[in-house]
Amino acid sequence: MTYPRILPVGRSALLVELADLDAVQALHHSLTTDHIDGTTEIVPAARTVLVAFDPRLVSAELLAEAVRSRDPAPLSRTAGESIEVPVTYGGPDLAAVAELAGLSEQEVVRRHSGGDYRVAFCGFAPGFGYLVGGDPALRVPRRETPRVRVPGGSVAIADEFTAVYPRDSPGGWQLLGHTELELWHSDRPNPALLAPGDRVRFREA
Amino acid sequence: MSKTGSAPAMVTVLASGSLATVQDLGRPGYAAIGVTRSGAADVPALRLANRLVGNAESLAAIEATFGGVVLRFHGATLMALTGAPVPADVDGRAIGMNGPVWVDSGAILRLGIPSSGLRSYIAIRGGIAVQEVLGSRATDLLSGLGPAPLSAGRELPVGPAPADWPSVTQAPVGGLAEVPILRLRPGPRDDWFEPDALQTLCGHAYEVTSESNRVGLRLAGPQLRHRVSRELPSEAMVRGAIQVPASGKPVLFHVDHPVTGGYPVIGVVEEADLAAAAQARPGSRVRFRCLPGLR
Repeated sequence: MTYPRILPVGRSALLVELADLDAVQALHHSLTTDHIDGTTEIVPAARTVLVAFDPRLVSAELLAEAVRSRDPAPLSRTAGESIEVPVTYGGPDLAAVAELAGLSEQEVVRRHSGGDYRVAFCGFAPGFGYLVGGDPALRVPRRETPRVRVPGGSVAIADEFTAVYPRDSPGGWQLLGHTELELWHSDRPNPALLAPGDRVRFREA
Repeated sequence: MSKTGSAPAMVTVLASGSLATVQDLGRPGYAAIGVTRSGAADVPALRLANRLVGNAESLAAIEATFGGVVLRFHGATLMALTGAPVPADVDGRAIGMNGPVWVDSGAILRLGIPSSGLRSYIAIRGGIAVQEVLGSRATDLLSGLGPAPLSAGRELPVGPAPADWPSVTQAPVGGLAEVPILRLRPGPRDDWFEPDALQTLCGHAYEVTSESNRVGLRLAGPQLRHRVSRELPSEAMVRGAIQVPASGKPVLFHVDHPVTGGYPVIGVVEEADLAAAAQARPGSRVRFRCLPGLR
């Protein structure tokens, strides 16, 4: 298959399918920093970027052409806002993750707090960012039984992702620790602390 | 804006029926940080209700689901009722739909049960003025953003009366179709389905099940079989998307839909037809009509 593949989404959006998450992040960065006239919303996900547009301002054909012509280079490591998240490790799943990964708990903490992460996309709840770039040794599945209530501020991992639960919610990810940072605040100009494209580091508090 | 006339300070909710929420045109532009647009499920009905009391179309009104709302007005004002046709009275005197109605201070508005459709809108001159969240007063039932669903005893502030007055006393509004036809454009993932899936979807009536709400209409009818069995990595969803999980039972995403989803979308219903979908009661049926694809 050749990428990007551009698929119609109704009358006012296109779905751009890309080879991998790196290409998603590069295109998202390109489309949000160098805006195409007529686009109204850029929504990255795991392998796709949704480009919503106002059909009165730009046609689907012209927009698809403009997106194809972007072909952005991979993101440099320094692109995007940088955020440090202090974490109190010792979450309820730390021991289980250590066992799954065949590492000591200290080693799990060392590896998790040593990574350079980037927010790939958001979903599930306002301000819930899917962070990539973690240590592959910490790639563990979700819990078999999701929790009814995961406290807001929980730092968690599942599959290739790390996330911080922005508020109390149900959830099935493995909880490594907790941060006191406020992940979501509707009154802030940028309500989500962790938005797509941001770089994140976790620091043991 | 200055107050003109005797603007009411508020209304009190005396009863909320099965579900009543505050809705406006929602909060577009935040999908990338996980916030769906939300807002009125029947957008033209909200806009009309606002116009009929002289409001800007974007002001907040009450979305009553299956009637049952009772309000007391504090201060004389103008109100209008649109959307699902519902018997209503003010202090026992019947009022009509789709026209401005003058109410006295202390008056009580009572909605019965709609004769057809599902969602009625009550606009009040000045608009419901609860606090905005991300530029909108809409209740998003999925994420919990915006004001809580209304309950008895809730006092709702009303904003300053606008300078404009409505120029009509009655708006012509057509009736609701018994089986609305929802036009859809194929894609983005129609190629994940058996070749006859779109034909199946557009060739049969689908029943709106009782699990339907502002998030989506869960539909019962012939199954739409996946041709591809691998998992779809999560991707952005839009209002109107018809997402089909492995069960083959389509879900039509509506105004409070999740911003991303992990099942393929076979087609997207035209935005203009989402109001008709919003008025489709559980137990009623809808039909889809395929528009030519854009590929």
